[in-house]
Amino acid sequence: MIPVNYLDLLRLAAPETVVLAGALVVLGVDLLALREVETGLRRLLLLILGAVTCGAAIAWMAAFPNLGNFMQGMLVVTPLTQWVKGGVLALAILTLLLSGGASFTNHWGEYVALLLLSAVGLMFLVSSESLLVIFIALELASLSLYILAAFHHDAPESAEAALKYFLFGSVSAGFMLFGLSLLYGLSGSIDLREIAAALGGPFLDPLLAVAMVTVAVGLGFKIAAAPFHLWAPDVYQAAPPPSAAFIASASKLASFFVLAKVLSVGMGGLEGRAVFGDYLPGWVPLLAALAAASLLWGNLAAIVQTNVRRLIAYSAIAHAGYMLLGIMGGKAGLPALVYYAMTYGFTTLGAFGVASLVRDRVGGDNLSDFAGLSRREPWMAFCMLVFMLSLAGIPPLAGFFGKFYLFAAALKTSSLDLLWLVILAIGMSAVSLYYYLQVLKQIYVVPPPSGLAAAPIPSLPKTVIILAALTVIVLGCAPNLLLRVLAAP
Amino acid sequence: MLAWTIYLSLGTALLLMLLPERREQWARFLALGAALGGLVLSASALFQSAPGSFRTVTRLSWIPTLGIDYHLGADGISLVLVFLTGLAAVAGILFSWNIGHRPREFFALYLALIGGVYGVFLSFDLFLLFVFYEIAIIPKYFLIAIWGSTRREYAAMKLALYSFVGSAMVLVGLVAAFVFAGGQTMSLADLAAHRFPREFQMWAFPLVFVGFAVLAGLWPFHTWAPTGHVAAPTAASMLLAGVVMKLGAYGCLRVAMTLFPEGLQPWGFEWLGIGSWRDVFALLAVTGILYGGMVALVQKDFKFVIGYSSVSHMGFVLLGLMTLQTIGLTGAVLQMFSHGIVAGLLFAVVGRMVYDRVHTRHLDDLQPMNLSRGLPFAAVTFTLATLASIGLPGFSGFVAELQVLIGAWHAYPTLAVLTGAGILVGVAYGLRALQRAFFAERRSCTDGQASGSARGAPAQPPDSPAPLEPISFPERVGSILLIAASLAVGLYPDLLLKYILPSFNAPWFDGLRGGGLP
Repeated sequence: MIPVNYLDLLRLAAPETVVLAGALVVLGVDLLALREVETGLRRLLLLILGAVTCGAAIAWMAAFPNLGNFMQGMLVVTPLTQWVKGGVLALAILTLLLSGGASFTNHWGEYVALLLLSAVGLMFLVSSESLLVIFIALELASLSLYILAAFHHDAPESAEAALKYFLFGSVSAGFMLFGLSLLYGLSGSIDLREIAAALGGPFLDPLLAVAMVTVAVGLGFKIAAAPFHLWAPDVYQAAPPPSAAFIASASKLASFFVLAKVLSVGMGGLEGRAVFGDYLPGWVPLLAALAAASLLWGNLAAIVQTNVRRLIAYSAIAHAGYMLLGIMGGKAGLPALVYYAMTYGFTTLGAFGVASLVRDRVGGDNLSDFAGLSRREPWMAFCMLVFMLSLAGIPPLAGFFGKFYLFAAALKTSSLDLLWLVILAIGMSAVSLYYYLQVLKQIYVVPPPSGLAAAPIPSLPKTVIILAALTVIVLGCAPNLLLRVLAAP
Repeated sequence: MLAWTIYLSLGTALLLMLLPERREQWARFLALGAALGGLVLSASALFQSAPGSFRTVTRLSWIPTLGIDYHLGADGISLVLVFLTGLAAVAGILFSWNIGHRPREFFALYLALIGGVYGVFLSFDLFLLFVFYEIAIIPKYFLIAIWGSTRREYAAMKLALYSFVGSAMVLVGLVAAFVFAGGQTMSLADLAAHRFPREFQMWAFPLVFVGFAVLAGLWPFHTWAPTGHVAAPTAASMLLAGVVMKLGAYGCLRVAMTLFPEGLQPWGFEWLGIGSWRDVFALLAVTGILYGGMVALVQKDFKFVIGYSSVSHMGFVLLGLMTLQTIGLTGAVLQMFSHGIVAGLLFAVVGRMVYDRVHTRHLDDLQPMNLSRGLPFAAVTFTLATLASIGLPGFSGFVAELQVLIGAWHAYPTLAVLTGAGILVGVAYGLRALQRAFFAERRSCTDGQASGSARGAPAQPPDSPAPLEPISFPERVGSILLIAASLAVGLYPDLLLKYILPSFNAPWFDGLRGGGLP
């Protein structure tokens, strides 16, 4: 029995503890002090309380950068995980502020608490290298997100989407648990590093192949990679916009990070090779197949979408394909993956923000509802321009450098073996420009419909959207701001 | 100072977007100021620089993790093309002085495009070059889709997708080269010095070359050009034909041929007399010259004539590159300059002077109008531009095409003969358009009626011409500026040649020289 030093645990898990405490405080304050307060003010106070909690956790990480490895991989804190957690928290703050002015619910205390709880789950997911903690953290995050997706109190589609999300999610969690138990059975350990040492060599046990595939199914669901993406379009379209934004940004960032960790740490040495004629089974061919399917399906299906949020969902599937390339880049690909997933998070969050503003104003978020946005809301239109072009990979926005770095890393690690996939990815990004331009065409080219009364838009979401756009521009022009810390050894 | 051409353009573009709506009228003056500033900077940089020198304007470490630098520099080729961009930018603004629909956004996008073009010509880090290259794509889409005419949304999307597919091919080649060379530098000089293995060059060269050549209007990837040019507003078609197509040709020379010179070497086998990528592209270039010319010969839309003539003239540039003779390469660069000026002028006459006034571009409708009376200035300008375009001695086009032809004569005698035929076709379509649009016989009511009614009703009855709006002052200045530039280079080619010629001695052309550049 290893003696447990609880002080050590608290020291390493302090940011998570802060957020968890914040969630409880939010619930308590809502229950005890704010019951009688008018909804608008209550919403504002609770959202700010939640945002302050996340900010406090970030400040704590910056002020006390405690690094370490608690109980053989239960909790591993490195500079990289700190930055990823910082990204999750920053996205959580933006999501909270984006909800200001929204009216999809009256239960703001529960909403904020659930968002914070899912952030805690995602943070533990990022910093654990133990199968058990990974699974528990994944479930904590997922269960909170299922409820968040259903939070629209008067929209049955929201409940339907959440149910779909939940059913798919629980089945894939089952798969994942099955795979993790096989891994434990094969290696006798739940620590990723020990598993890698026990599994060893390049030969793939059939049982291990099953474990690998089922883990990929479980996490492939979280990252919405084809063919496990079926929930994504419905959830993105019907869930309350801030919830959908959080699912599309922070949850994706953490899930990609943990997938990269499980594969490159836990199954290091089992990469295999995805080249025609020189094929070797392993997780790289598996991911290459997932990536190719996501790239093709996501980009081609996005072309025919008429709803902007659905379009973003299919583009998210395509982007999962790009990010899988980063995982195949192994160690060198990790900074590229984190850079991409983080900037993608800001981009897609901002795009959801704009879509939700348009929905509040015009009553829908179909492509035609965006017509003439540049005349009505020049700033929001410009931000949407930034988001769409960054998603399409136009420099000098973050999406372009992210892609370049991902492709370079994947090619470098595989010594040009993955060139076919990179060519597919770059070719598909040319396809994607078509549908992003369809959105921009509505915004800038098509004249606005007549008879739309001018109404002020809430300033909190507006600020968030502008902040997100600024982040995308700044990180695109000066990628080294983030790279310097991500790529540091 | 040269870097300020970029900052001035992009900065003013930003400023224009922030301009309050009631100050909309300032937009064109601000834009003109920025363009003039760019012209002055580029001209002074060109004429103050010592021929044959390369100078670094700015070099900062940009993304040290990947060894990417913010490296702006200029050799003779860059300087000449930057000067062309300055001229085209000023002329384009003068010819779009009458833009009344959303002028702030128009000039902001226009300047963003110009800034991107300056950036490409000045970048000596390939990552940076690619960044600027892509920055130039998006404004083109909006310029055409918002302010364009015939089938504008289709043409704009087609143009954007063609450009983007081309740049995707370039990106594949660049990323592969970057990784292959160790992933530590994107500097043009370093990558050119890195000798990539022959097999690698053999697939990377055509990929990158075609990727850039899409934008240079290489046949059969040229189809975006005529539709795009026709749909674009005047200033945008001037820029498209004038400088954006040059971006493609410049990329072919600066990136594809410099990085992968061995890709030009023979494959080792011959098929139908074609033994290398060089042969393939030379043949495609000549096909473009002939095809573009012949299609221009039968066009009914005045602007399509000019659009296809651009494809034909850009064929000369690509052929000049494929000669691999110093004289041919020099001719190619000079042709880029010359065509940039002349095509701008032609589009200005068709789009601004004629179409904006009579609201038709159909040659059959223009014929009875006898515009040489109504718009004498336009007629004179177009005559001069046509003469420059068909390569009359004394205009810039003559020197450039002659050099390309001489180079081609050494490298590909048969193709040189075909190219000569292509010049004759150029004479034919140029004079046909000139005659139809401006100098057609004015038919009297009695004899001309039959043919007139057979064609359907013309936009204006031939004998009661409404007085046309006179050619405005900015238009006159713009025309004179461009004509003067073409004449100056035509009469004294050494003005530019002395900068272009020694540039081919730079170390990054070693690979090409090793391949027998005389």
